[in-house]
Amino acid sequence: MAELQEELKEKIIEQLSLEDVEVSEIGNDDPLFGDGLGLDSIDALELIVLLEKDYGIKLKDPKEGKAIFESINVMADYISKNRTK
Amino acid sequence: MEQQYYITSFCSIKNNKISKNGELLYSDDNSDSIKDFAKGIYKFLELKYPKFHKMDELCKLSFLASEVLLSDQLEVSEDTALVLANRASSLDTDRKHQDTIKDRENYFPSPAVFVYTLPNIMMGEISIRHQLKSENAFFVKKAFDAKFLTTYSRVLLDTNKASNVICGWVDLDNDKYDVFLAFISRNGEKLLSKEQLNNFYKS
Amino acid sequence: MKKAYLVADNIISPLGFSTEANLENLRANNTGINRVDNKTIYEEPFYGAVINNDLLSSSLEIVSNNVEYSKLEKMMLLSISKLLSENPSLDIKKSGIIISTTKGNINALCSNSETKAYLGSIAETIKDYFDLDSEPIVLSNACISGGLALAIAKRMIQTGEYEDMIVVGGDLLSEFTLSGFFSFQAVSPAPCKPFCKNRTGISLGEAAAVAWLSSNPKNVKGKAIQITGDASANDANHISGPSRTGEGLFISISKALKEAGINNTQIDFITAHGTATPFNDEMEAIAFNRAGLQNVPVNSLKGYYGHTLGASALIESIIARHCLMNDEIFASLGFEELGVSQPINIIKKNESKSLRRVLKTASGFGGCNVALVIEKVSL
Repeated sequence: MAELQEELKEKIIEQLSLEDVEVSEIGNDDPLFGDGLGLDSIDALELIVLLEKDYGIKLKDPKEGKAIFESINVMADYISKNRTK
Repeated sequence: MEQQYYITSFCSIKNNKISKNGELLYSDDNSDSIKDFAKGIYKFLELKYPKFHKMDELCKLSFLASEVLLSDQLEVSEDTALVLANRASSLDTDRKHQDTIKDRENYFPSPAVFVYTLPNIMMGEISIRHQLKSENAFFVKKAFDAKFLTTYSRVLLDTNKASNVICGWVDLDNDKYDVFLAFISRNGEKLLSKEQLNNFYKS
Repeated sequence: MKKAYLVADNIISPLGFSTEANLENLRANNTGINRVDNKTIYEEPFYGAVINNDLLSSSLEIVSNNVEYSKLEKMMLLSISKLLSENPSLDIKKSGIIISTTKGNINALCSNSETKAYLGSIAETIKDYFDLDSEPIVLSNACISGGLALAIAKRMIQTGEYEDMIVVGGDLLSEFTLSGFFSFQAVSPAPCKPFCKNRTGISLGEAAAVAWLSSNPKNVKGKAIQITGDASANDANHISGPSRTGEGLFISISKALKEAGINNTQIDFITAHGTATPFNDEMEAIAFNRAGLQNVPVNSLKGYYGHTLGASALIESIIARHCLMNDEIFASLGFEELGVSQPINIIKKNESKSLRRVLKTASGFGGCNVALVIEKVSL
């Protein structure tokens, strides 16, 4: 799980162009949206693509994303349970 | 009588250089890419604006030029219009979006790319940064057209649609770029004319 | 300042190749949106409003035998040709021309002739076809392009740059745009339902249209329709998400009303943007309420045409002109029950109604907004 968490942090920084953020600065329980990393609606859509492209998870309802992308912990947990690749 | 307007400042990014009012600010002949060149300018200007890194290269260039253009203004009126033009529209990013949909087996269009497939997005970025709640218009032309930019800037000021206008040319195509912005206002020293705008563009 | 009258127009859409044919379909509440199962556009079936290629090609043969034009160019050439043939007094060579398009011939990106993908190629095609001395102006300003082009044409007439302006708008329903809107999770799995509680996103469409604006009252045939106010403003908030306060749209409406010299009680009907995405429609409802326009009858024509991007606000303004001339308003197709947080007065069925002033609004990516006051005037 720790490996997946680190992998996710790297991917998020890369995919969402968070140039000024380091992997070590993202806590596993930090909120990704709102005050946390300051992600916005396009970032949320981009994370939906990331789920599908890298882990083969297609959300039935994009609104599910809100709960899944709460933090690295929640995201990693969801991916490990639902991944198809 | 024709109302008189003025060009109060201008900024160019071309040939690995960024300059303001004809004076060189920064040059970099070593960058391998426009992305790195733009990042160099960002660092040189000591900007702290995380959104910058999310922009496509076209937006980065126009954003940086607007930063320099407006750097000596304490407060920019929210009634400042943006009138930009170029030749290649957003083709640089259009090609990237097209790449994500050419393969049926690997079909993952990216929202963060798609949103930049409209050339007026750069005016959105500049408006957000400086809180400009005014007129925007994006035109496509074969080449820099001082006559048209002068005419339309005049029209906006004559019809009281805005109190100032930032007009210019921001083109990016196959790693070739050409950026020029000018600030047009109702007061100043250099009279606005198509000849004057053209001279500044060429300087 | 000179006045800008809307004096003639044409629409090429799935609802017909003349403005009159389009109006007949609106009167019958027919939609151009269908289930499209066409792998040259998209791998999966989807709902959208597409122009029949064969019908278009056979119509264009009337004016040209040249088969080298793209579909969009055919649509635009046909639209302009019809306008010119119906209005012999219009001299296109002396007119200013604005082409409004968001993506032009973007399909050319996946062909061997990428040069067509440059938006300027359409201007060149139109210049060559009509043997013009100068190249038309191309405006590409996201989903407000068609409305902004009308505003710009009006301003250029007001300041005397031109006596006559021709605004041409058009966009295709392409895989390029559709795939992008899918990635935004914004495409509806059924025909779109603007402002409705059950709305599930946009339907895309394709169309071209043309409007002739003139300062010369002699060009006015029938009732005189003038653009009396216009404004555009950026939200300065987000590049894709509509403002939660409707800021830019509110500013646009306020300024347009001010220029027209009227207050919010003098608008008889609003033809809104109404894309049927959750956030767009909500934003519009908020802006209309801020402007005190919540009781004015309002519709969106997206349920008939889908979102035709660079053509949409132009088509909606053309329809508004005819609504003013005919004193009629059309139902907002697809609407069942109000699905925005602020009250607005959606038009549920076609009606005859005495009209003097229409407000046209549009909003788009990049935070842009535009408002036009279109008015029936006496000469």
